[in-house]
Amino acid sequence: MDFLRPASWEEALAAKAEHPTAVPIAGGTDVMVEINFDHRRPEYLLDLTRIGDLYEWETGERSVRLGASVPYTRIMEDLRGELPGLALASHTVASPQIRNRGGVGGNLGTASPAGDAHPALLAAGAQVEAESVRGTRLIPIDDFYTGVKRNALAPDELIRAVHIDRADGPQQYSKVGTRNAMVIAVCAFGLALHPESRTVRTGIGSAAPTPVRAKAAEEFLNAALEEGGFWDNGKIITPSVAKQFADLCAGACNPIDDVRGTASYRRHAVGVMARRTLTWTWESYRGTATRTEGVA
Amino acid sequence: MRVNFTVNGRPQEADDVWEGESLLYVLRERLGLPGSKNACEQGECGSCTVRLDGVPVCSCLVAAGQVEGREVVTVEGLADHAKRRTEQGGCGTGSCGTSLDAAQRRQPPGAADSHTGEGTELAPIQQAFIDAGAVQCGFCTPGLLVAADDMLERNPNPTDADIREALSGNLCRCTGYEKIMDAVRLAAARQGEAV
Amino acid sequence: MPGRSAPLGTPTKVTQGSKTKGGIGESTLRPDGTLKVTGEFAYSSDMWHEDMLWGQILRSTTAHAEIVSIDTAEALALPGVYAVMTYDDLPTDVRNYGLEIQDTPVLAHGRVRHHGEPVAIVAADHPETARRAAAKIKVEYRDLPVITDEASATAPDAILIHDNRTDRHSGHVDHPNIVHRQPIVRGNVEAARERADFVVTGEYTFGMQDQAFLGPESGLAVPAEDGGVDLYIATQWLHSDLRQIAPVLGLPEDKVRMTMSGVGGAFGGREDLSMQIHACLLALRTGKPVKIVYNRFESFFGHVHRHPAKLTYEHGATKDGKLTHLKARIVLDGGAYASTSAAVVGNAASLGAGPYAIDDVDIDCVALYTNNPPCGAMRGFGAVQACFAYEAQMDKLADAVGMDRVEFRRLNAMEQGTLLPTGQAVDSPAPVAELLRRVKAMPLPPERQWLTAGEAADVRQLPGGLSNTTHGEGVVRGIGYAVGIKNVGFSEGFDDYSTARVRMEVVGGEPVATVHTAMAEVGQGGVTVHAQIARTELGVAQVTIQPADTQVGSAGSTSASRQTYVTGGAVKNSCELVREKVLELGRRKFGSYHPAWATAELLLEGGKVVTDAGEVLADLVDVLGDESVEVEAEWRHRPTEPFDLRTGQGFGHVQYSFAAHRAVVEVDTELGLVKVIELACAQDVGKALNPLSIVGQIQGGTTQGLGIAVMEEIVVDPKTAKVRNPSFTDYLIPTILDTPTIPVDVLELADDHAPYGLRGVGEAPTLSSTPAVLAAIRNATGLELAKTPVRPEHLTGTG
Repeated sequence: MDFLRPASWEEALAAKAEHPTAVPIAGGTDVMVEINFDHRRPEYLLDLTRIGDLYEWETGERSVRLGASVPYTRIMEDLRGELPGLALASHTVASPQIRNRGGVGGNLGTASPAGDAHPALLAAGAQVEAESVRGTRLIPIDDFYTGVKRNALAPDELIRAVHIDRADGPQQYSKVGTRNAMVIAVCAFGLALHPESRTVRTGIGSAAPTPVRAKAAEEFLNAALEEGGFWDNGKIITPSVAKQFADLCAGACNPIDDVRGTASYRRHAVGVMARRTLTWTWESYRGTATRTEGVA
Repeated sequence: MRVNFTVNGRPQEADDVWEGESLLYVLRERLGLPGSKNACEQGECGSCTVRLDGVPVCSCLVAAGQVEGREVVTVEGLADHAKRRTEQGGCGTGSCGTSLDAAQRRQPPGAADSHTGEGTELAPIQQAFIDAGAVQCGFCTPGLLVAADDMLERNPNPTDADIREALSGNLCRCTGYEKIMDAVRLAAARQGEAV
Repeated sequence: MPGRSAPLGTPTKVTQGSKTKGGIGESTLRPDGTLKVTGEFAYSSDMWHEDMLWGQILRSTTAHAEIVSIDTAEALALPGVYAVMTYDDLPTDVRNYGLEIQDTPVLAHGRVRHHGEPVAIVAADHPETARRAAAKIKVEYRDLPVITDEASATAPDAILIHDNRTDRHSGHVDHPNIVHRQPIVRGNVEAARERADFVVTGEYTFGMQDQAFLGPESGLAVPAEDGGVDLYIATQWLHSDLRQIAPVLGLPEDKVRMTMSGVGGAFGGREDLSMQIHACLLALRTGKPVKIVYNRFESFFGHVHRHPAKLTYEHGATKDGKLTHLKARIVLDGGAYASTSAAVVGNAASLGAGPYAIDDVDIDCVALYTNNPPCGAMRGFGAVQACFAYEAQMDKLADAVGMDRVEFRRLNAMEQGTLLPTGQAVDSPAPVAELLRRVKAMPLPPERQWLTAGEAADVRQLPGGLSNTTHGEGVVRGIGYAVGIKNVGFSEGFDDYSTARVRMEVVGGEPVATVHTAMAEVGQGGVTVHAQIARTELGVAQVTIQPADTQVGSAGSTSASRQTYVTGGAVKNSCELVREKVLELGRRKFGSYHPAWATAELLLEGGKVVTDAGEVLADLVDVLGDESVEVEAEWRHRPTEPFDLRTGQGFGHVQYSFAAHRAVVEVDTELGLVKVIELACAQDVGKALNPLSIVGQIQGGTTQGLGIAVMEEIVVDPKTAKVRNPSFTDYLIPTILDTPTIPVDVLELADDHAPYGLRGVGEAPTLSSTPAVLAAIRNATGLELAKTPVRPEHLTGTG
């Protein structure tokens, strides 16, 4: 095993080009466990922790360009306003120690369906900034996840940043685990209201081979909201609409039975989370949200 | 490979490090600092918690090569760390206080045992763990101390929920956490008294 | 019985040493506290030796298979590898070990019987080299069908897990795949059933729990010049290890010198050997010190677990609420090797009726041999599984009768003098009804405590916690009660003794007592208590606790809640013998100066010899002078006897420990997530030698019970018998956010048979915690919930 320590982004790209099998490591949350438990012996470890750019973010008019290694702790503390869904998701990541070191780049790189950031990124709308010595490209988040623990990155590419649309409305995130802290998602759900485009976006984690959106549910809800004039009249969403939305979200799942939960439970729980997060965000949109908003 | 970094204020050099070694392994097996504990080596238990450039992290998830040139504080350096903080008149928030003396003045009854290591200078959180009965087998203790000390540095007046959240990455199997809660409350109270 | 006014019992009054500071009854602090908070306390995984090698164990990847061949050539050829050993390299004919039955191969021979069984061992200069070498060992397996439950184990054509059994249980079991069977029959259940107005039945399933101690199995073996070996190890019983290790190594016991290292928790999981023999074998083979440290993955395979169980219970009651009978069958899965399964059977059976007075009882309990992971000791030892079932039954029966669940229990609670189903009378206070009364009387936590001042919801205090799953929606509160009975000490005729060496001498102008035992300090605070006992008995301030090793006689195991009783008793006894000798010395030196030396009752207080009237006769410094007074003596509790193999009758237990819990939970009934809000406990401890430690034990035991209730289970694939979740990612134990406040009410009613009247404390709280939480969840959801742990699937009908 070789340990590569590029001092700059350019050096990192060059190293990745030269050694496409090199495994990037930043927070170490996934990579070090695989090494400690002898699940993986990469030829090269490519340490990204010396590249300061990756730990910075820029807030633009439409989006936040979030460096791949910005720790979850920073996201949950400093980006609650711009990225409320991702901030909530960040708060559910593992433990304070891991949130201090892990970032979204790692979640994307591993592309585990259980990665906590994915549903929030899907719901908010995001693009992954991937770069290689050949150039930079922006991969829409919807195209990023290509299979179980597989993503759209080319072997010579590294994730530099994620461009996440700034929230233009309320966002929520829920995750089910069988413990009250420090738990891997049995399943997770992200929801973002986009009043400017009068759309709703969703993200589902751990309930399909990849993180997915519940597109049929979104389309149903978008139409129902439009039809009822909800965006303008600010009425309470009728229980039947919420229920159908929830059912469609559950239907978007393609889960498995595993040691963390049954497929049937995952479908059920995604439905419950969909209904609740819709209620929370919609009540927040209506401006009557004090009692429904969680704090921690 | 060779790794140079600072541990508890002292420059350290580790040679012949295998690239897959963790910071935890280097501390424990190469630098003679076994205080950070190897309970899970998968970031799930917090017993290996150290401060890396001031930030609490699981040292089992830090590759040895990543600490080149960095600063690490382990449980072995916690008393010094707390003392320096006190001497500098507080932490980043400026309100961390001079709790060490207060904590050491309060000797609970019956503590005068030949094996209690009298004379060892302790950080307030360390003393509070002893006084509150927060130590049983003690294997989780070093990680909890580093995490709790960091929390009290940032949040001198934590609520119970704050304490629980801050320590939610540290598993303990012996105590049921109640005495750990007591210890952190005690350290916070002494810290408050001393300001 | 409710409303009873007779005294329950009284605490012991201690005269000797009652004026000595730091004696029994005080919350003195741990002598190892400072070392533990500074990181200097040396645990077994912290051991280090110059030139040491690292040991690695190759484990079976399949649960049941013949070993066709093992090829170690490539592993041996790897640079940095010093030794590779298999069964064929074992030095003597003793190639098995085991606590009760020597059925566990040191290294697999021709066959593996469970997933993760040790097959070969490697020593190399770096852990990674050792891992790579182990990976290069080629083992060819021919899979055999797996036995995973009672039906497959006891089928007429079932493969025998162990052929040609000759152990002491083999003669009376119905099938060779049954480790041990213990019926308990008393009265006439058939006749009693006729008197019952209500009969309730239930089938309960109890999952496999892991001790999940945080300090992984580890140790260092150092070869010695005399051909022996020095082993630094974390264990629960040094001498038991020694008895099993030495014959395999072909060494006399005095050449295997064992020293206790720091123990990072145990909870039963260190009763059996783990890496001890392997490290010694490699050290003796290579002539170099060998360290072995399991990682968490390996730890799940490296020790026995709590027996999973299937329990079938039938209780009856009259319409005025009196229990008529109990018929029960308990099937424990012992896995591939016996470990302590037989003793667990004895416990589960004899305590299977719980702390209730029932005259007509028919209990049958077996432990199976299967290809599942071996199971053995864990905190509560058979009584935990039974308590889960009988407490669920008590709620059902109370409901059937139409009585309050707590009052129903109190009405049927055993008391001093009640006969257990074994025919043994409970001959010390049994304040079962009182504990229930107390725990029920504690104030309840406020409703909706998760609402913040701003009327928002603090998710940290809601089910789901930081995962932000509810802001109050679907959340229903439930309350549940449970009580349990645990035996203290080794039972069934076991010669349960301990040894203490106590010395008194003047050091630096002060009288100092030194206590040396082989007791395993696993975190429970035995070292604290030994110092307290020595202060009380010898009237000194300074006590030195020597490290535990095999240079002193056996202390028995740190298990069965027995150490404060038995080794504490041994320390007390040796102190008393030392005291007599010191007084004799005093009489010889100073007797002629004061008549009280001959006539008064003499005490040692505050470093002086005083009369019971308080008159000072001499300084201990002067009495001792240059002499040191030392006694090493064994001490045993009163004998017990085995249970009759057909009827289960017999004086099997030496003492009992009782605890009751009230659980308050909030359940997100839509998502099936549980937050335990409070777990209040009342426990009788006989005499609280160290109140702070006792409360810590109760809270810790309670939390392990909580874990069983809502999250902990080793999941074994029923088709392959392979463990599916050997990690802390998927085997979850409670975090600080899962653990509620645990108010504790300590009752002290002396057991006159025990030193100071004390009772063993450690296990009882683990019993009633689980069923109390289950009862509270049932109360919140209305579901039957007959299985631990309760999973979200069970609460949402999505299993």
